[in-house]
Amino acid sequence: MAIKPEEFNFAKHDQFNNAMIPGKFARALRTCKIWQFIRFIVLNIKMLIVVSKSH
Amino acid sequence: MARLLVLGGGVAGHTAATFAADWLGRDHEVVVVTPNAKWNWIPSNIWVGVGQMSKEEVTFDLDPVYKKAGITYKQAKAVSLNPEGSGSSDKPYVTVEYTGQGKAGNSEEVTYDYLINATGPKLNFGATPGLGEGSQLGEHTVSVCTADHAQHAADELTKVLDKMRKGERQKILIGTGHGMCTCQGAAFEYIFNVEHEIRKAGLRDMADIKWISNESFMGDFGMGGLHMKVGGYVVSSRIFTESLFAERGVNYITGAHVNKVEKGKVSYELLDGSMGEETFDFSMLIPPFAGVGLKAYNKAGEDITDTVFAPNGFMKVDANYTPKPYEEWKASDWPLTYQNPTYKNIFAAGIAFAPPHLISKPAKSPNGTVINPTPPRTGMPSGIIGKAVAHSVCDLIKNGEGAPLHEASMAHMGAACVASAGKGWLDGTAAAMTVYPVVQDFEKYPGTGRDTDYTFGEIGLAGHWIKHILHYLFIYKAKLKPFWKIIPE
Repeated sequence: MAIKPEEFNFAKHDQFNNAMIPGKFARALRTCKIWQFIRFIVLNIKMLIVVSKSH
Repeated sequence: MARLLVLGGGVAGHTAATFAADWLGRDHEVVVVTPNAKWNWIPSNIWVGVGQMSKEEVTFDLDPVYKKAGITYKQAKAVSLNPEGSGSSDKPYVTVEYTGQGKAGNSEEVTYDYLINATGPKLNFGATPGLGEGSQLGEHTVSVCTADHAQHAADELTKVLDKMRKGERQKILIGTGHGMCTCQGAAFEYIFNVEHEIRKAGLRDMADIKWISNESFMGDFGMGGLHMKVGGYVVSSRIFTESLFAERGVNYITGAHVNKVEKGKVSYELLDGSMGEETFDFSMLIPPFAGVGLKAYNKAGEDITDTVFAPNGFMKVDANYTPKPYEEWKASDWPLTYQNPTYKNIFAAGIAFAPPHLISKPAKSPNGTVINPTPPRTGMPSGIIGKAVAHSVCDLIKNGEGAPLHEASMAHMGAACVASAGKGWLDGTAAAMTVYPVVQDFEKYPGTGRDTDYTFGEIGLAGHWIKHILHYLFIYKAKLKPFWKIIPE
């Protein structure tokens, strides 16, 4: 059975073996334009709240 | 007419000077002394360093902006400070040496009523043999601390990519060049932008990329790490950071004090006292920061540098500098107003103020070598402090010496940080993070020292869009274009 892309790096180094590596779906969401547009709005609101609390 | 003298034209100095000029109007004078002819949006230097932006895109000429704002601009570096004046006058002054405007090398005594020291850091390449000499970049490594350095880094990276195309495997080492560096974030951004460019070029299999850092654990970032809400969990930045390194196949060395750089090789000491070496074909190592080396003299001409500045060259302000163990550190140790305790008409902002202690837990190797990140004071906190200090000075000028001062403690303010992990409108990513407050307050937030409702992190394309938009937004603001004041720091 072929190794899954997200599992490939686990074998590369001991340092990576205990890390949390995103799977195919999580990686796809990171550059999914529709999802990221929603996150863009959410992140901006969250950041503006922190900025307003800091001034 | 009062004169406010601002030393430095970086984020803190530029923010302070432009707001002060706006608030004071033409009734008072604002003078900026900075050795640079151009303003640099430093966070975008990492994109210059991978050839994705030009030097011109991250800089602009200061002269026309200061003319528009009614600010007197002197392209010069501050050499010494006489806060009590001289034998012949009680007027305090700063001795400056011109670096441009057709007067390079000439000295001048610039008097002031109020002084804001926002000189930023000296890039102390000389702290590590081989990394460079004094503030000069060495020949073995590259840097992204200035736009010129970043351009040089991009040129060297191009050569490395060409070698990979010819089938030559390359070792890339990126991180911090000394045990007491700050600004791990810039190196973090650069390593992932380099990895992104190599991957885009289809050469990822030809590169071994390694991170070397003085942080005792991944994700410390000079702030003792942070706990943030991710996917419904509260997780340590260590897990968040190690995950990204594992995903991108980037190995790492932590707790390292780089003590020597030679051609193609660094030597380092680890927190456990062991020594190691790492070879490289291309290396970007951030230097440690120090104060710019400003001297201070009293009326009699005696050296009072130790009174005004801390041993690291940064200016003493209203912080609690009493040495005490980590367990006794408090949020209240951090300065509120940034006023010098000895000379009340002097303030410091941004990197130029001396922090009371580290934010990260102090660490030392068994050999006695100090290996811990120093506190970050760049970006958003720098701008907020610059504005608060300018506000205080304007109130003192307009309302007299009894005017209350404005506060901007790093233990009370948050910071938004967007760390690029690769540039591209459709395939770029960045870690968008906020931390609140910057300095942990374990009395107010006993669990993690911070409010986890306002401390979060997320990697994705949206983060890249934010970082790229901020690039244009902050350059627009710094150029004082219409409505610049409504853009927050």
